[in-house]
Amino acid sequence: MAEYSKEQLLWMYERMRTIRDFEDRVSELFAQGKLAGFVHLYAGEEAMAVGVCSQLTDDDYITSTHRGHGHCIAKGVDVKEMMAELYGKATGSCKGKGGSMHIADVDKGMMGANGIVGAGGPLACGSGLTAKALGKDDVTVCFFGDGASEQGTMHESMNLASIWNLPVVFLCENNGFAESTPVEYHASVKDIADRATAYNIPGLSVDGTDIFAVAEAVGEAVERARRGEGPSLIECKGFRYYGHFEGDAVAYYTDEMREDFRERDPLKKFRQNVLERGLVAQEELDAVDEKVEKLIDEAVEFAEESPMPDPEELTTDVYVSYG
Amino acid sequence: MTNRTLTFREAINEAMRLEMRRDPTVILMGEDVAGGADLEHVEGKGEEAWGGVMGVSAGLVQEFGRGRVLDTPISESAFIGAATASAATGLRPIAELMFIDFFGVCMDQLHNQAAKLRYMFGGKANVPMVIRSMIGAGFNAAAQHSTSHYSIFTHLPGLKVVVPSSPYDAKGLLITAIRDDDPVVFFEHKLLYDMEGEVPEESYTIPLGEADVKREGSDATIVAIARMVHLALQAAEQLAEEGIEVEVVDPRSLSPLDADTIVNSIKKTHRLIVVDEDNPRCSMATDLTALGTTQAFGFMDAPPQMITAPHCPVPFSTPLEQAYLPSVADIVDAVKLVV
Repeated sequence: MAEYSKEQLLWMYERMRTIRDFEDRVSELFAQGKLAGFVHLYAGEEAMAVGVCSQLTDDDYITSTHRGHGHCIAKGVDVKEMMAELYGKATGSCKGKGGSMHIADVDKGMMGANGIVGAGGPLACGSGLTAKALGKDDVTVCFFGDGASEQGTMHESMNLASIWNLPVVFLCENNGFAESTPVEYHASVKDIADRATAYNIPGLSVDGTDIFAVAEAVGEAVERARRGEGPSLIECKGFRYYGHFEGDAVAYYTDEMREDFRERDPLKKFRQNVLERGLVAQEELDAVDEKVEKLIDEAVEFAEESPMPDPEELTTDVYVSYG
Repeated sequence: MTNRTLTFREAINEAMRLEMRRDPTVILMGEDVAGGADLEHVEGKGEEAWGGVMGVSAGLVQEFGRGRVLDTPISESAFIGAATASAATGLRPIAELMFIDFFGVCMDQLHNQAAKLRYMFGGKANVPMVIRSMIGAGFNAAAQHSTSHYSIFTHLPGLKVVVPSSPYDAKGLLITAIRDDDPVVFFEHKLLYDMEGEVPEESYTIPLGEADVKREGSDATIVAIARMVHLALQAAEQLAEEGIEVEVVDPRSLSPLDADTIVNSIKKTHRLIVVDEDNPRCSMATDLTALGTTQAFGFMDAPPQMITAPHCPVPFSTPLEQAYLPSVADIVDAVKLVV
């Protein structure tokens, strides 16, 4: 296993903890009727987004999904602005125009959560193409779910990235369900990573609840892409705690499954791992917990105190210029 | 400016060539845009090999190489999406969607991604891309290679829509579209490709949202799009022999639309006839008619007329296809009905 500095380990834990607390708080706020619209929560999948982004620089790009809060936080999008966006406030990441499903910060390399399943594949080819055409060594990671793996766009994109030799890592987050439909039902293969063979690219399936396994696999794929050796497909198998969206009663989860999720919790696993190996002290992890709790409180406060967008903003930002 | 005669096809080719020379971030991608050209096994026949299914991009791969003239697999979603995000991250791609009838296999990337990214992101992204695509019946290309569905794209906020009718306009408008910071869908009528016209050698731009009055007149206003402009001009010639002077307005860009020029023309002539090769419902014909009636109703001396294709797919057989298309006679009759 790769060695990580204490600083890197604490970074990983802080980002994972931020995602977990952010999502738990969003679930509460949604239940209280404070947030509107569709909200898809990432809790349970933290090791995937953070494991991936631990291998990226600020100049690298990611494309995201409808379940995008975790990707945003992992890539460094401002948490206060994210919360304000969920509240539909003028101070939000997208000035209240995007909401949960479209949070983006292109300056941070975050090319947007996306309400269309499988839409990120073609977009990832685009930022990959830019890097290649301009001779930069930026890499794009395309997050997509097991459900999206059945979209034609993903097949088209992996083929295109392969023939154009683009610096893209296709990162399938297999949480076991496309909305409520089990992956065993909707996928033709046991491991979605096996499909890499069809595109003549490397494919690997890893435990998506183990951040070190994710980071190691992605690290190799990213380095390969930076060297100009083309795309890879990595599948991370894991789970999500919440339903497809807030309001989903998750009747398709059994008590045994929930128990299994708690056993495989990525944050719990991380804590056990680093404490057993003596890499980080308990107090240091607890300090992160406190820091993050405060950050989320501040984010909610910032969002609640921020102004709503001016109705004058309705028709701005459609075009750079028009007419 | 030095003028010489170019075809519509050559004018488009020249616009791309000049912009690719000027700006290294301009790239071209699409099915067969390079094609066999410049490949080893057709060495010596490079110029004859594809360069676009209608030869519009001929010679570009020889000048700019395969790094900037990219053949794509037949994966319209993938490459239209790739064009979109490459635009958002620093390139100025021209993506060729061969026939507009193919929009069904990539519409998500156009209308949910390219058109909406900027708005969804609160103005924090630019998508400076051009989609070039063929429209038009009259080629016996049947239902899936012949439509003129520019109205569908005009409907979508976030997209701009350009439909040139002459070689001069095609070059100037395409250069503008490539330099524009928003996504522009640029339509090329396939029956215009061989049309010749004077085109300056130099680079020049024509602003989007500026209609062109192709013929001045005082008795009726005909607003016509793409190839229909030429039918309208022929009708105008015939009508002039009978003493009826019609004004022919070519909007050139449908989004943004130069409403002022159209409305002012109606106020002058008091009559509106729209000629549109597209199907009639929820079309540019209905849109332009609504524009005239809402903004110049009090000036109109007769009900506006719409000359369009019927509400049916484009047929294959020649007599059926000719019946589908608006004709010069249809336009002459419509004008006489209201003058």
